[in-house]
Amino acid sequence: MTSADFSTILPEFLLALYAMGALLAGVWFGKDKLALTLLWATAGVMLVFAAWIGLGDIGAHVAFGGLFIDDAFARFAKVTILISAALVMVMSADYMLRRGLLRFEYPILLTLAVIGMMMMVSAGDLMSLYMGLELQSLALYIVAALRRESERSSEAGLKYFVLGALSSGLLLYGASLTYGFAGTTQFSGIVQVVQHGQLPMGLLFGMVFLLAGLAFKVSAVPFHMWTPDVYEGSPTPVTAFFATAPKVAAMALIARLVFDAFGQVPGEWSQILALLAALSFVWGSFAAIAQRNIKRLMAYSSITHMGFVLLGLAAGSAEGVQAMLTYMAIYVTMTVGVFAFILAMERDGQPVTDIRALSLYARAEPAKAMAMMVLMFSLAGVPPFLGFFAKFAVLQAALNGGFIWLVLLGVVASVVAAFYYLRIVFYMYFGKEVEPLDGRMPAVQWGLLMVCALAMLVGIFNLFGIEGAAAAAAAALVN
Amino acid sequence: METIILFSPLVGAIIGGFGWRVIGEKGAMVLTTGLLFLAAALSWIVFLTLGDTTQHIHILNWISSGDLDVNWSIRMDRLTAIMLIVVTTVSALVHLYSWGYMAHDENWTENENYKARFFAYLSFFTFTMLMLVTSDNLLQMFFGWEGVGVASYLLIGFYYKKPSANAAAMKAFIVNRVGDFGFLLGMFGLFYMTGSLKMDDVFAAAPALADTQLHFLWTDWNAIELIGVLLFVGAMGKSAQLFLHTWLPDAMEGPTPVSALIHAATMVTAGVFLVCRMSPVYEYAPHAKEFILIIGATTAFFAATVGLVQNDIKRVIAYSTCSQLGYMFAAAGVGVYSASMFHLLTHAFFKALLFLSAGSVITAMHHEQDMRNYGGLRKKIPLTFWAMIMGTLAITGVGIPFTHLGFAGFLSKDAIIESVWAGDASGYGFWMLVIAAVFTSFYSWRLVFMTFFGKPRGDHHAHEHAHESPWVMTVPLVVLSLGAIFAGMIWYNAFFGDHAKLVKFFNLPAHEESQAMGEAAGHGTETAAAADHGATMTDTQAEQVQVEEAKDSAGVGPSAAVLAEAGGAPQGAIFMGAENDVIDAAHHAPAWVKMSPFFAMLAGLIVAWLFYIRDVSLPRRLAEAQPSLYRFLLNKWYFDELYDRIFVRPALWLGYQFWKKGDGQIDRAIDGMAVGIVPSFTRFLNRMQSGYLFHYAFAMVIGIVGLMFWVVLNGGAN
Repeated sequence: MTSADFSTILPEFLLALYAMGALLAGVWFGKDKLALTLLWATAGVMLVFAAWIGLGDIGAHVAFGGLFIDDAFARFAKVTILISAALVMVMSADYMLRRGLLRFEYPILLTLAVIGMMMMVSAGDLMSLYMGLELQSLALYIVAALRRESERSSEAGLKYFVLGALSSGLLLYGASLTYGFAGTTQFSGIVQVVQHGQLPMGLLFGMVFLLAGLAFKVSAVPFHMWTPDVYEGSPTPVTAFFATAPKVAAMALIARLVFDAFGQVPGEWSQILALLAALSFVWGSFAAIAQRNIKRLMAYSSITHMGFVLLGLAAGSAEGVQAMLTYMAIYVTMTVGVFAFILAMERDGQPVTDIRALSLYARAEPAKAMAMMVLMFSLAGVPPFLGFFAKFAVLQAALNGGFIWLVLLGVVASVVAAFYYLRIVFYMYFGKEVEPLDGRMPAVQWGLLMVCALAMLVGIFNLFGIEGAAAAAAAALVN
Repeated sequence: METIILFSPLVGAIIGGFGWRVIGEKGAMVLTTGLLFLAAALSWIVFLTLGDTTQHIHILNWISSGDLDVNWSIRMDRLTAIMLIVVTTVSALVHLYSWGYMAHDENWTENENYKARFFAYLSFFTFTMLMLVTSDNLLQMFFGWEGVGVASYLLIGFYYKKPSANAAAMKAFIVNRVGDFGFLLGMFGLFYMTGSLKMDDVFAAAPALADTQLHFLWTDWNAIELIGVLLFVGAMGKSAQLFLHTWLPDAMEGPTPVSALIHAATMVTAGVFLVCRMSPVYEYAPHAKEFILIIGATTAFFAATVGLVQNDIKRVIAYSTCSQLGYMFAAAGVGVYSASMFHLLTHAFFKALLFLSAGSVITAMHHEQDMRNYGGLRKKIPLTFWAMIMGTLAITGVGIPFTHLGFAGFLSKDAIIESVWAGDASGYGFWMLVIAAVFTSFYSWRLVFMTFFGKPRGDHHAHEHAHESPWVMTVPLVVLSLGAIFAGMIWYNAFFGDHAKLVKFFNLPAHEESQAMGEAAGHGTETAAAADHGATMTDTQAEQVQVEEAKDSAGVGPSAAVLAEAGGAPQGAIFMGAENDVIDAAHHAPAWVKMSPFFAMLAGLIVAWLFYIRDVSLPRRLAEAQPSLYRFLLNKWYFDELYDRIFVRPALWLGYQFWKKGDGQIDRAIDGMAVGIVPSFTRFLNRMQSGYLFHYAFAMVIGIVGLMFWVVLNGGAN
């Protein structure tokens, strides 16, 4: 280990160090006394790291003989992951506290998951890929079952664990096939083997298994089945976390794998991604129509959105990667805003997830209803909100990539998907009189909701530099 | 100054239309009328002080997209100046007149406010009309073209409670759309060929276009002929020429000031203006000009025949307008654009006068429009009577032959008839116009005799209460009477009579009076002129050669830039080709030709006198003797019935099919998908989501197998 290697992984290393320290401190100061402090401290540390990585040096570094890659693409994903994780943490404080869920392990587990994700997006080798993935997954299995006394939460954690193990199995099988036929686990080595546009059968199967394993993480159909159940069963802040950071990490990992390891045969993987994309947005759109549970609804919503992101990736071009990264950033913003709202949905201290409970919400809370409406329209991809432009960029890239039928299908699917987003708006503004929600909204959540909604409008004019960063990231990946 | 003229009506329309609740109805009326009078005064200053060169006044950038570069800007030359005074003067007078005419409208109840709306529409119309005539590119002109269409629609349908008014408004709009389509195609053609819509570029490219073929529909056409005809189709719609004329008589459903302003003096002349404006194009398109001549002359004849038997006072004048527009086109068709513009100017005065007088009669008779219920009104409304007489003298062309003394129509109509005689070898146009002149005289005097002479007919009550109109209505009549009397004499030489003055007035490029014609006075032929010109090549021809050389050397298609470098656009207000000697030939027309309109006028007057003063039973007997001819004319040559069969009913049938049958199918299909397939599909998907872990795992395994199958099927492995 040289000092250059070390300085490349310094953020991950320090974050890991912080996690250890926090664990020791938590244990030392006794059960959960320190939990709230730790939560805020962790969020703060993550934001600092995000700023550090985001504003830090530019350029690409490879550490540990190609195991770890630090480039613009990785940095873009890391910043997105860190910020979204921090935001989810700060908005969950109040909810967790009042339900007695705020254990000091919660922020530590999230930190470990985040380290795993940072590892994933920087992976340059199947080994480091798997290591990052497992670190992330194991932390997430635990937080899914954080509410131990609740049957549903335990069930969610167990389901996630078992299916996650299956997906890890698929992934590992794929990795071993790849190793067997390529003779190396390093991406840069694999790409040498397929240099001439020739993909041996074994390597092709290895790639399919790898992609299947990763598709599980982004909950692409047909590897998505865990998503609605886990989203519903997990505590809401955990759901919010599931819907944001891990999706970014897994999506970035897929992009890294297909471009770095299989960049010479884009036709092979783009058809797989295109198929997964089409299945995802169609399934996600249609299946959500019958949902009245807003958490399950968001699960299907995320499936649909991941379908669109995969479509951008399937285009196999720098334009597609840029569209995909921009889409992820916008998607995360929208999701954070919506979950900030969902966290405050309660009646008599009990969380409510039925969307019918939102009936005539706009009368009691016009500002929040308005913000929610903006987010819903944006999620549905209605112009002039930012969600439209995200979707537009992806479809444009796919069109240029030659996927005209998929683009048409995507448009139809997003029309269908508009139904359930608009239904929430409908309930808020025109629903029948029901017993109103009485949950108050802490300032943090209120602020996040408003900022995210506002970003959907302001972003049309100024994307806060995301476009440039995404373009640089895409250029770093596709060369 | 031009900008003030252009935008003061718009300001009036906006403030009057949207802000009348604040400034009051009276305020809106004062504002719009005041601004129009301001615009009219400025227009006259512009007209009288117009310089020699064509000015381009840039207002705003409009569209800049690829090759398409269009600005809002004014092209200020003689043609524009003429239209400015016509439009603003008549519009200002009509605004004033409407104070009286619209004061107590029985179509509205006491507490309904309609006046501000009416005045705002009038001002809006004036703005769009000015936009049309001041444009220096075709797209801005099209904006004005459509704008006047909208204003016309709004004003014809002003009495929106009357179903007939709504139907007429729609008819006017739809028939105009047919013409507009031609205009658009012409515009597309020009842009396709020259890459520009600016008049200067288009004019500069015209000579080259004459040698270019353009593939359209199923065959090749000469580019400039095709474009000329297409643009003229647009003009036919707006100017109510034969086949697209059916909307104009129905447009009389609008209030009478509207008929005077839009459907007599200004909007309907937009087509004539377009042809004159595009004179540099038409000069290179002899067949298109022939087409214009034939349509114009035929329309003049056709509309005059129908005018003979109409009983509604406004419809008589409407057909008269249609007929007079035919005259204007006929003049343009033989290349004497100045005569065409001359008639446009004089016609604006006397036709507005006739309409406003008719409006005065209608007000006096409590909105009775059927002339069979008039009679003997001379004493009751003397001022209106005299105004109507002036208008009639002007339209029928009363004057002293071989001098330049006469009413406006005498000078301008004679100029047209002489020009057409000189320019149309076949004689078809000439005879059509002379016969139409007989009819014009007949129906005009018939109108006067039926209205003002004889015994009162119809409702006694109305006759007893008939009274002269208030001053706001009579002042415009007086002003327009002056125009109807003197306009012809003042501008005869500038528009037609004197070649040198004409060239100066219109700033004509390189057009000298033909010496050959001067020598061969009285019996000049075009061959002599052609021979003369063949020997001495004029500047314009030299330019043309240069242009062709430039084109050859550049080795590219017609490019406006190349042409502009080589020859440049003609800079005058109108353009007459070097070979175009029609105007000189017309000056030296034989005596019988010059006398023919005069005799036509006399013949019409005498017959009208015989029919409606001498022996009032004569018309009835004639109608009974020739029942089929009478019905043919009374039903306007059955054009409406024909169109109803050919176009309206099939279109309605088709629409009904789509609405009642097709639409239902489509709706059911979409509804079926939305409420049938989607929920069942959703149910299926949700049943998959069973909650059982082994189902989920199974789905993943199926998924990986499916993916394998997919890639292998797609030939991924090798």
